[in-house]
Amino acid sequence: MKFWDWPFTFEILPMLAWASLVTLEATILGFAIAAVLGLAFAIGRMFGPAWLSVPLAGFIEFIRSTPLLIQIFFLFFVFPEFGISLPAMTAGVMALGLHYATYCSEVYRAGLANIARGQWEACTALNLTAFHTFRDVIIPQAIPPIVPALGNYFVALFKDTPLLSAIAVLELMQTAKIIGSDNFRYTEPITIVGLIFLIFSLAAAGLIRLVEMRLNRRIRRA
Amino acid sequence: MTDIAKGPAPAAAPTGSPMVRFDQVTKSYGAFVVLDQLELDVAAGEKVAIIGPSGSGKTTVLRMLMTLEPINGGVIWVDGEPLTSMRRNGALVPADARHLRRMRGKIGMVFQHFNLFPHMTALKNCMEAPCTVLGLSKAESEARGRELLVMVGLGDKLQHYPAQLSGGQQQRVAIARALAMRPKVMLFDEVTSALDPELVGEVLNVIRKLGAELDLTMLMVTHQMGFAKEFADRVCFFYGGKICEQGPPAKLFGSPENERTRQFLRAVLEAT
Amino acid sequence: MQLRSLTVCAIIAFAAGLIVASFAGFREFLPGLLQGALITVEITLGGCVLSVIAAVIAALAKMYGPWPIRWLAVVYIEIFRGTSALVQLFWLFFVLPRFGLTMEPLTVAILALGLNVGAYGAEVVRGAVAAVPRGQWEATIALNMNRAQALRRIILPQAVVAMIPPWGNLFIELLKATAIVSLITVADLAFRAQEMNATTYRTVEIFSIVLVIYLAMAMLITIGMRRLEGLAAKGLARGRSH
Ligand SMILES: Nc1ncnc2c1ncn2[C@@H]1O[C@H](COP(=O)(O)OP(=O)(O)O)[C@@H](O)[C@H]1O
Ligand SMILES: [Mg+2]
Repeated sequence: MKFWDWPFTFEILPMLAWASLVTLEATILGFAIAAVLGLAFAIGRMFGPAWLSVPLAGFIEFIRSTPLLIQIFFLFFVFPEFGISLPAMTAGVMALGLHYATYCSEVYRAGLANIARGQWEACTALNLTAFHTFRDVIIPQAIPPIVPALGNYFVALFKDTPLLSAIAVLELMQTAKIIGSDNFRYTEPITIVGLIFLIFSLAAAGLIRLVEMRLNRRIRRA
Repeated sequence: MTDIAKGPAPAAAPTGSPMVRFDQVTKSYGAFVVLDQLELDVAAGEKVAIIGPSGSGKTTVLRMLMTLEPINGGVIWVDGEPLTSMRRNGALVPADARHLRRMRGKIGMVFQHFNLFPHMTALKNCMEAPCTVLGLSKAESEARGRELLVMVGLGDKLQHYPAQLSGGQQQRVAIARALAMRPKVMLFDEVTSALDPELVGEVLNVIRKLGAELDLTMLMVTHQMGFAKEFADRVCFFYGGKICEQGPPAKLFGSPENERTRQFLRAVLEAT
Repeated sequence: MQLRSLTVCAIIAFAAGLIVASFAGFREFLPGLLQGALITVEITLGGCVLSVIAAVIAALAKMYGPWPIRWLAVVYIEIFRGTSALVQLFWLFFVLPRFGLTMEPLTVAILALGLNVGAYGAEVVRGAVAAVPRGQWEATIALNMNRAQALRRIILPQAVVAMIPPWGNLFIELLKATAIVSLITVADLAFRAQEMNATTYRTVEIFSIVLVIYLAMAMLITIGMRRLEGLAAKGLARGRSH
């Protein structure tokens, strides 16, 4: 048997291309949840009252310290117990979003915490309102470190989407496994999936570096 | 004077040939020329003080001599041999690692910010290189380190870590550490600049002691004009990538010829 | 930091209490899950050791190796960071046998996770070595040490202290990633959980216990690494600098 079968490769490529759209969809939806929920977590944790911020901190720590795969299973199997049936894709995206929201919340928190105290004090001295302090002074300074860090988690989330194959979402990995078991050839599908991930992550990493340089240039010029 | 502290005798160098010679040495960073065709001879056993305004290239001179900076032109000679190049078939070619290591063995350097190894005690700092580089036994290098630390007045701080020592004490450990390699030439780069004023004296005293007891060639960059005047055999005033004026301290401090030297000395005197 | 641990402890106690109180079949599941947890611990330990070895070798090769070795290190790091751990695991599990390399699933699991985390660790090692002040390198040159001596005796011991906290995070990521080995039939904690869930449908109870077990293991890693950090910092410099 050959190590690599080119006709077979071309035969399965369209299927994998299609599946990569599902992977991309899961990535984007999951990250949208992560970015928004993460901001809510960060605000709740930094500015919320103690009865909110302390349990929230514990919850974030809890989600961060336990496997995403278990969280995916949990959400997938737990809703039917309460009579709600969720499609696998929905449960999976929710788990991805929740898991990465805890990482994003730390990014926001660090971005805000790293702004020098003097900046806040200067705003107070200038009698700026809280709104203007945030909009004009704090957020513009917080964005340059936050954006690349979020970008890195976007890529990390993307690389975790194959876990959705465990609940039979037809994304790249699941498709590759099905192709593999149908044809008794795993080499091509799995290698191609690896290459697709490699290309996407390298491209994304390059893009993030570009954005990072842009943002840093702007703040230095300002 | 003890055997250990004596170091190799620089008198072995042929008379007339200097211990250190900068021969048309040029150094630039990109288009910016830091040192322009520098000429400087230092005789064996001579103590040369280097003074000059900030950015005039004083540190660069020492760093080139320690092979921490590559040079862009000219040749540096140490003890009769080219430093960063070597003779092969009559021509000078870039030095290989062996030649560099042999040449570095002749030179020791003390840094402005000490650069002690933070994870080692004072004694271990002094033993590390003798053990690993010179291949001395542990007992030998310990004896050597102990003796040198006693000489710099730190006999009671052998087992202290750098973070437990004052700046002046750390700098004295750094001097002992460099001496433990028995260099012929010692380089001091503003060794008191990072110290609180009350700690400057203890370090200068150690250097005085080295000058009196050991037969070392010394190049020191310093802002301590009083010390330079009393200690150095010769003072070089650097300005704009060149040696603007040099001579015995009495002459240079007493009746400087160059207008820039006068300006610099006036400014330094006003500041103190 | 302490507050955080305390909160986590409180939550663990709360969750554990909840489970014990509300869940009569606790005894029924726990032994099986603990057996799985043992496998998880085994893979985590093996993966941690392998990842550290891979990371140090790759980082040093990338920084100081001659170009073919440097190139190899870069390829290793980029491939393992650029694809996902599950893809790597499946590749080693399904594809390597075709090249005549058949391994136990447990071995594959340790290999995949160790190499995956090692690639991230290589960047940690590189960063920590690069963060050692330049003056330390210069001092080693002034003392005529060669690069191997300088790295081994002076630079790496200082870099290790800076490496410990990020390695703690990597070890926790590794622990979390071990759950995927259940997908290649290794009977770890996640595998047992799925198995029991499929037969009993007691999802909330089973997965709650499992999550708490994982959390406890993560906390052990955190506590262990804190200890280590304290010890290393003490070794680096007794007392505080002024
Ligand atoms: N790595 C470097 N890159 C570019 N310029 C440098 C570098 N190191 C030193 N210089 C420049 O070289 C000049 C001489 O530096 P230095 O020898 O440190 O001066 P000094 O010790 O007399 O104050 C300065 O103008 C400095 O800015
Ligand atoms: Mg200087």
